[in-house]
Amino acid sequence: MEERQVYLERFENALLSLDWLAARKVFSEIAEHVKGEGSIADVEGFIVPVLEKIGAGWETGEVSLSQVYMSGRICEVLLGENTPVKTFAVKNTQKIAIAVLEDYHLLGKRMVKSVLLANGLQPVDYGTKSAPELAACVIKDGIEILLVSTLMLPSALRVKELRKILSDSGNGVKIVVGGAPFRFDENLWKAVGADATGKRASDAVGLVRKIMEEKNV
Amino acid sequence: MPLFLLVTMHGARELGLSIKDYFSKPEHVVEGQLRMRAKYLNDCIYNFYYAAAEVEAWGMDILYHADGPPNSGAPFITNPDDIRKLKPPRVKDCPCLVKVLDSARALKAGVGDDAPILGVVMSPFSVPVMQMGFERYIELMFERPDEFNHLMTINEAFCVEWANAQLEAGSTAIVYYDPVSSPGITPKNKFMRSGFETAKRVISRIKGPTAIHFASERCLPISSELPATGAGAVGVSCVEDLVLLKNAFKQKMALVGNLNGIEMCGWTSRKAEEAVKDAIKKAGPGGGFILSDNHGEIPFQVPEDVLLSISEAVRKWGEYPLTWVQDDAP
Repeated sequence: MEERQVYLERFENALLSLDWLAARKVFSEIAEHVKGEGSIADVEGFIVPVLEKIGAGWETGEVSLSQVYMSGRICEVLLGENTPVKTFAVKNTQKIAIAVLEDYHLLGKRMVKSVLLANGLQPVDYGTKSAPELAACVIKDGIEILLVSTLMLPSALRVKELRKILSDSGNGVKIVVGGAPFRFDENLWKAVGADATGKRASDAVGLVRKIMEEKNV
Repeated sequence: MPLFLLVTMHGARELGLSIKDYFSKPEHVVEGQLRMRAKYLNDCIYNFYYAAAEVEAWGMDILYHADGPPNSGAPFITNPDDIRKLKPPRVKDCPCLVKVLDSARALKAGVGDDAPILGVVMSPFSVPVMQMGFERYIELMFERPDEFNHLMTINEAFCVEWANAQLEAGSTAIVYYDPVSSPGITPKNKFMRSGFETAKRVISRIKGPTAIHFASERCLPISSELPATGAGAVGVSCVEDLVLLKNAFKQKMALVGNLNGIEMCGWTSRKAEEAVKDAIKKAGPGGGFILSDNHGEIPFQVPEDVLLSISEAVRKWGEYPLTWVQDDAP
């Protein structure tokens, strides 16, 4: 089996087993493997597909949410521990922010943020905000892409209020939404005036990149 | 066919009150539930206020919304090391819980044995999501076994006391909410060593019938294990196939579900009837099925017309022996 594929499988198994020791060992081997290149992109080329596969596994029911979360957390820690990869090449061409609307369930936001960081995309983290507070932050900071995570239906419906405040002030930020209410109603993201929705954390990367490309055209 | 329309906040609309005011007094909830039973021909009384009441009992702040269930505020367990110092609240000392018991008593006096009164508890395995935040709880579950076990011990003691207090006050059965036990959240092998053991310990000490409910989360991968928890019914999700669920639980546990409450907000009467008819067709034959929503709480945004359509559809299509199901077969 190709060496790269072996690393990918071993790393995936270690993450899904939540085996920090095994994950750290494989990660060290990967880092050594790409050392000669010295490129962040090469390490990301191992981490990112594994996290995306794990995220896809949650979508199909093969992997649990806690495994997805812990996998992202282990990768965050490993990336942070390894000096050659500590400094990311930031790939934002626009300012990105992430927030939770009106509740304290932060897991979804945390997972999306992990995946974005692993892909070299650096969001400003607003934590939990109400719709008016979030709109004010977006306007003040010149945010161009806003990712909003919600758990409860009322919070999801607040996106409509957020959109209205921003539109009324002439702000054209792109809003990407995610969370349970949007998974249970496929049309909800349109109804609240969002520009896109993702079903799993790793979807955020593709959506953000697409928006960045469209804005750069 | 029984219809368990698990309406909570709609009672506030019935009485022309804000959600906060509605839940502030047990007499409001009693009046609301009785009116909704009469209006929708509901086969149960749902004496459930809001999930966050169980952390309000610990002194946590509650966030009230004009159009949604009261929600838990910032988690009160911020450091896992503090878990060892925790002592569970006593039900009788918590006004937010005492009013639920007051409404249970009043509802029992009002309906007698005409309709089951459902009380609700949060599973000790699931309530830590509110107590400490989801991500910290997952980390605790996998990385701090001693503190995790200690938290389970504390939560189990509270859960049993709370469940039995509700039964003593007049509730007929207890709904044990346990979404974290779902394989969608916790891998099965971990569940078998944790949530499953907690459910068995707690449910065996609850002095009345119990249903385990996964609040929209999946349960098929653990379906063969669930009867051993002691629960007699299971609340199932719209994300899983009702035919497969029926086969998995047939003659072992009653199914409760699985209408999509989020989608329900935008249903027409026709769509409501179609959804009801489809659920009855898939899970009704042979009995052991209670039509309900899949989350355990109908969103406040669901219009009254939709709830009335659901009720009418159950009366139209839910009369046993369901001969139309055979007539409908290809």
